Amino acid sequence: MVPDSRAVKKTSGKRKLAVWKFASCDGCQLSLLDCEDELLALAGEMEIAYFMEASSHQVEGPYDLSLVEGSITTARDKRRIQQVRAQSRVLVTIGACATAGGIQALRNFSDVEEFTSVVYAHPEYIATLKTSTPVSAHVAVDFELQGCPINKHQLLEVISAFLHRRPPQVPAHSVCVECKIRGNVCVWVADGIPCMGPVTHAGCGALCPGYSRGCYGCYGPKENTNTASLCHWWKKELGADQATIVENLRNYNAAAPVFARESRRQERPDGEK
Amino acid sequence: MQDYVLQARDLDILIQVVRAEGFEVMGPVLRDNAIVYDAISTAADLPQGWTDEQEKGTYRVKRRNDGAYFGYAVGPHSWKKFLQLPHRQVWKARSNNSGIQVAEIVDEAPQLAFLGVRSCEMHAIAIQDRVFVDGEYQNDSYTRRRSNIFMVSVNCTSAAASCFCTSMDTGPRVTLPCDLEMTEVIEGETHYFLVGSESYRGARVLQQLPVVPSTQEHEAKAERAVQNAVRQMEKGPRNFDSTDLKELLYRNYESPSWDRVAERCLSCANCTMACPTCFCSTVEDTTDLSGTYAERWERWDSCFTADFTYITGGAVRPDTRTRYRQWMTHKLATWHDQFGSSGCVGCGRCITWCPVGIDLTEEVRKIRELEKINREGP
Ligand code: SF4
Ligand code: SF4
Ligand code: SF4
Ligand code: SF4
Repeated sequence: MVPDSRAVKKTSGKRKLAVWKFASCDGCQLSLLDCEDELLALAGEMEIAYFMEASSHQVEGPYDLSLVEGSITTARDKRRIQQVRAQSRVLVTIGACATAGGIQALRNFSDVEEFTSVVYAHPEYIATLKTSTPVSAHVAVDFELQGCPINKHQLLEVISAFLHRRPPQVPAHSVCVECKIRGNVCVWVADGIPCMGPVTHAGCGALCPGYSRGCYGCYGPKENTNTASLCHWWKKELGADQATIVENLRNYNAAAPVFARESRRQERPDGEK
Repeated sequence: MQDYVLQARDLDILIQVVRAEGFEVMGPVLRDNAIVYDAISTAADLPQGWTDEQEKGTYRVKRRNDGAYFGYAVGPHSWKKFLQLPHRQVWKARSNNSGIQVAEIVDEAPQLAFLGVRSCEMHAIAIQDRVFVDGEYQNDSYTRRRSNIFMVSVNCTSAAASCFCTSMDTGPRVTLPCDLEMTEVIEGETHYFLVGSESYRGARVLQQLPVVPSTQEHEAKAERAVQNAVRQMEKGPRNFDSTDLKELLYRNYESPSWDRVAERCLSCANCTMACPTCFCSTVEDTTDLSGTYAERWERWDSCFTADFTYITGGAVRPDTRTRYRQWMTHKLATWHDQFGSSGCVGCGRCITWCPVGIDLTEEVRKIRELEKINREGP
C-alpha cells in the first residue's frame, strides 16, 4: 500500500510529536525509545511534546503528529481517542493493539462478564467494554503501522516520511516476500510446518521462518489476504487440526476482520462451509 | 567437443583448480532440509548421496542409495540471487548549501564460479541476459556480475516430478555455452564425470585435471543417464505441448479459470521470487529524519503485490484474479512478443514452492479444457 500522503503544512518552528497510550503493553512505545541512536536526531527535528512513557514534561496541543498505541477497551478511552484526534493534525496508529485490537481482542470472541466474574473478587469495580477495538473503529486514522511489536526502523521511516512529506516505504505484501529475499528455505513446503507468512503483512524480515518456525501472524494481515485458502491447505495437506488453525488466527491480531471472519468460520461445526 | 573422464573421487581437484583460478565457488549445499546454493570450498560441502522429492507445494530431501553428487533437481534457490541481487542500494544523496550530491553505489562484482548449473537454469540466465544485458532495461549491476561468472554446468540424470524442461525445450541436456559441462555417471562400481570444455577458461581448468580422454562407452553411459531424466519427464505428470501457449492465453483473457485459481492463490509472491526468470524489482526511496540524506534501494518485487501496479488512484491489479492472469500470461505468452522466447524454462520451482500447490501446467490444461467445453459443449 502506498498510503495517502496528504500534504502536511510546514509550520514555523519544530513540529510537535505526541505519543499516546491506550490498552496495550507499551512495547511499541518502547520501540521508539529503543531508537537510541536516532532519538537525538528525532528530538532535533521534532518537539517531543507529549510522551508520558519517556517524560512527564507535557506541552499542550494541538500536535502535528500523534502516534497512538493501544486499543479501545473502556468507555473512557472511547471519549479520550476523540480528544486525541481533535488535537492531532496527523494520527498514526502503531502496533497490533491500535491497528487490530491486540491480544485483548480475544474477549470479542467470548463473554467478558464471565471472565471478570471468575478473575476478580469484586467484578463490580471493573468498567470495561465488551470488545477491544482498533483506533480506526472510532476515529479517522492517517496511517496504520502494523506489528507486535512494531519494527523500529519502520517507525522511523514513517516519521521521516511524515516530516518530509513523502509516502512511507512500508510495503503491505506478504512475509513470504521477505522470507524469499532473505534466502530462507520455506518451512511450509520443506517441513510441512503451518506458516502464516502468506497472509501476514511484511515488516519483521521473516524472523520466525529464519529460525525454522512458522510465522504466527504477529504483523497482522497483509493486503489482499486469502485466509480461507490458507486454512484449507493447512487442514487438507499439512494435517493441521482446528485448534492449531484457530490459535494461529487468534493471536495478537485476532480481531483483524480477515482473521476474525476466518477463525469464526473454522469454529463452526460444519467447518469450511 | 572432446570429452574427458574425471573420476568422482577427483571432483575436489576440479573445485580447487577453479578456486586457484581466482573464483569463489557457489554450488549446491544441504541446509535447513533443502538443497540451496551457497559458497562451497571442497567437494565435501556438496550434498553427496542426497536427493529431493518434489510435488506441488511440497519438497523433501531424502537419502539416495548411491553416492551421487548431483542426484537431485533444482531447489528453492536459483542463481538469480547472485546476479540480480534481491536487495541492493542504487545511490545515496546528500543535500547541503551547494545543492544535492548524488553518489551512485557501485557494488563489487565478485568472480564467482557457479558449480552445477542445470540446463533449465542456463536458459533462465540467458533469458535474464536478454533483459538486463542486451535489452532496453539494462542493469549495470547485473551486467558486471554476469561478466565475472565461470559456469560449470551439469546434465540432469534424474528429474523431479515438478520438472518439465522437455516440454519447454530447455533441457535436460545442456545446449547453451558454458565453461565446463559435466555428466555424472554411476554404474555399479564406476563413478565418474564426463567433462568437456567450451571456453578458453574452461580448457585451462580442464588441462589441470587428472583426466583421460573418454571412450565411446563412457559417452554411451552418460547419454543413457541423461535419457533417464528425459524418460522420467515424458512419463511424468507435467508433460505437455507448449507450442500454442501464446495463442491459447491470448484467446482466453476472460476464461473463468482465472476466477477459480484466484480462490486458491494466496497472492503471496512465492512463485515469482522462486522463479529463475522473474526479474521484476521496485525501487524504494527513503530519507533520514533530517531530510538532508536520501537513499534509493532496488528490491525484488512481484506482480502479485498491490504496490507493483500502484499509480495515482490505486493499484491497476487490485485482486488475485488479475495478478495471477498477469503472471501466467506474461510468462507463457506476452514474453514471446517482448523478448522472443517463453518466460518459463520448466524448472518447476513455482509449482513446488507455491504453498498451496498451484501448478501452471495444470492451469494451462484447465484453460484448454474450459475453452473446448465452451466451444463444443460438455
Ligand atoms: S516459510 Fe512461511 S513466510 Fe516463508 S515463504 Fe514459506 S510460507 Fe512464506
Ligand atoms: S510471527 Fe510472523 S510476523 Fe511475527 S515475527 Fe514471526 S514471522 Fe514475523
Ligand atoms: S514459471 Fe515456474 S516452471 Fe517456469 S521458469 Fe518460472 S519457476 Fe520455473
Ligand atoms: S500461485 Fe502460489 S506462490 Fe504464486 S502467489 Fe499464488 S499462492 Fe503464492
